[in-house]
Amino acid sequence: MSANTPVIELRNVDKSFGPIDVLHEISLKVRAGEVLCLLGDNGAGKSTLIKTLAGVHAPTRGEILVDGQPITFDGPRDAQDRGIATVHQFGGTYPLMSIGRNFFLGMEPTKGFGPFKVFDRAKANRIAVEEVQKMGITRITDGDRLVGGLSGGERQSLAIARAVYFGARVLILDEPTAALGVKQAAHVLRIVNEAKKRGLAVIFITHQVMHAMTVGDHFAVLIRGAIAADFRKGEKTREEITDLMAGGETMADLEASIEGYMETHEGHPPKVNTAD
Amino acid sequence: MATQTSSGSGGFSIGDLIRRPETGSLIGFIVVYVFFASLGGAVFLGAPGWSSWLNIAAEVGIIALPVGLLMISGEFDLSVGSVVPASSMTAALLCGHYGLPSIFGIAGGLTVGLAVGFVNGLIVTRTTIPSLIATIGTMFAVMGLTLGMAVLIKGSTSVSYVPDATTKALLGTFINGMFNVSIFWWIGFVAVYFFFLHFSPLGSWVFALGGDKESARNAGIPTNKLTISLFMASGFGAAFVGVAQVMTYQSAQVAGGQSFIFNSIMCVVIGGVLLTGGAGSVIGIVLGTMTFAVVNQGIFFAALDPNIGSIIIGALLLAAVLSNDSFRALAMNYASKKK
Ligand SMILES: Nc1ncnc2c1ncn2[C@@H]1O[C@H](COP(=O)(O)OP(=O)(O)O)[C@@H](O)[C@H]1O
Ligand SMILES: [Mg+2]
Repeated sequence: MSANTPVIELRNVDKSFGPIDVLHEISLKVRAGEVLCLLGDNGAGKSTLIKTLAGVHAPTRGEILVDGQPITFDGPRDAQDRGIATVHQFGGTYPLMSIGRNFFLGMEPTKGFGPFKVFDRAKANRIAVEEVQKMGITRITDGDRLVGGLSGGERQSLAIARAVYFGARVLILDEPTAALGVKQAAHVLRIVNEAKKRGLAVIFITHQVMHAMTVGDHFAVLIRGAIAADFRKGEKTREEITDLMAGGETMADLEASIEGYMETHEGHPPKVNTAD
Repeated sequence: MATQTSSGSGGFSIGDLIRRPETGSLIGFIVVYVFFASLGGAVFLGAPGWSSWLNIAAEVGIIALPVGLLMISGEFDLSVGSVVPASSMTAALLCGHYGLPSIFGIAGGLTVGLAVGFVNGLIVTRTTIPSLIATIGTMFAVMGLTLGMAVLIKGSTSVSYVPDATTKALLGTFINGMFNVSIFWWIGFVAVYFFFLHFSPLGSWVFALGGDKESARNAGIPTNKLTISLFMASGFGAAFVGVAQVMTYQSAQVAGGQSFIFNSIMCVVIGGVLLTGGAGSVIGIVLGTMTFAVVNQGIFFAALDPNIGSIIIGALLLAAVLSNDSFRALAMNYASKKK
């Protein structure tokens, strides 16, 4: 595997739920140490796309490649084991559960043996607090605290810290800044940059163009489940991206043209030049 | 979330106490016990009083434990009400009617419970039918089957069976003529469930399942398997009580057992389990069960009108739900104030 092989790649991936086609011929590549920003309106299919990457949904058609090898995920756990860690848009943390238990949910450290393996609470709490502190949340010092007492930004940092800790090579964040205030959002963006510096491939989903511009190396705009634009940092101005993302004339035009194209081309979306 | 066994220095702290989900239930139990002790007098405080409420607590408690775990995981099980008579009828038919050794009756009865639980679990995980409705369905189905089988095989709605001495001693005897042996079984079950929920690594999964099923699945937890197992545990608990009833009273009736439906849920809710799932504790369920049993029996010792008992239980239920919400809010905010 060359240094240039994408860590994860989608080739012509379609996803349908019964008769509902949500994703159309999605092709994307993400390399180590690179942040891909996935942009798009509500309902465009962003969450569906990342759930496909996270092993929650199997693609209806098309291929997923990890390190250049085609693979089929055998559920979310399988994707996790291959180093793809996802922080889903809603939930992921449990308000009435302690920080330590939340951090290790599904991967509980144990001590003892046989049927008497017990959850190693001390170890879980210690590691959870350490990792969250590394993310700059120094206010958290007690792993027994309930997650419900944390702020939105702290919860998001906890979820990201968890993903990074479990040896993620690909970090997928679904709208991590959506519900956050300015300061907290800035903090999450710093964490994204930090993850990138550590050599992770990051897929970052957002609505806010400023957030995308701050951390993105590579951008893909999703409209009605198809990739409408795919470009690298510096190739488009902030205004152009804003237009693409936030609607306005350009967005409406694009939508109309994609719909029109698909109608006349047996449902295929127009070809987009892929930025590499 | 409730495994504060080695909390720091081990010293007492108000914070640790408030953070425990069972604090409200403990206060409730103490208030209720003191109330009936003051009315019931020496008899209630002595062995007759303790044995009478412990016997009730053990029976409903063996069912309330798994029903409580199911509720923590976000599901209800109403079918326990017909699993109790179905399993005792199965045991009585196998041993009393067909004359098999008691071990076959015990195994048969328990298998009925596991099977009903398995079916409940399948329905709930494979369809979108909520467990409340699904288990009402299986409750009626099992009730009908029990009646049908009893009439078909025995031509009667009650079947008797006199167990051998060992079986009787293990499952149906009264120690000192007062304390039902099932009290010890209950203690055993409490130990097992306590370990499972608060110490084993799987405990967090139950809370996660009730807190947010989709996220739990995304975290790689086998949610369907876990749900089915929990339903099987509650079927097993109900069946255990049914089998023990045959060994104790030497007969099985097709009806009876309906009271376990509401009683088990009440014990669980008084014990601080969140109705919508995601929170609760085994100690809380045990305290809720004891509170329920003390009211249930204390009424007689205090020579009060039984209707007053119902009113007290109703009030306790409401108070429990309200106070548990407050305790949860306290628990969440406590540490953030500490800084
Ligand atoms: N499990 C599902 N079954 C049917 N339709 C779905 C499912 N998940 C998502 N969809 C549909 O797919 C579309 C895209 O949803 P989503 O991926 O959540 O969009 P986004 O995250 O971009 O807001 C929506 O129209 C949604 O209704
Ligand atoms: Mg979404």
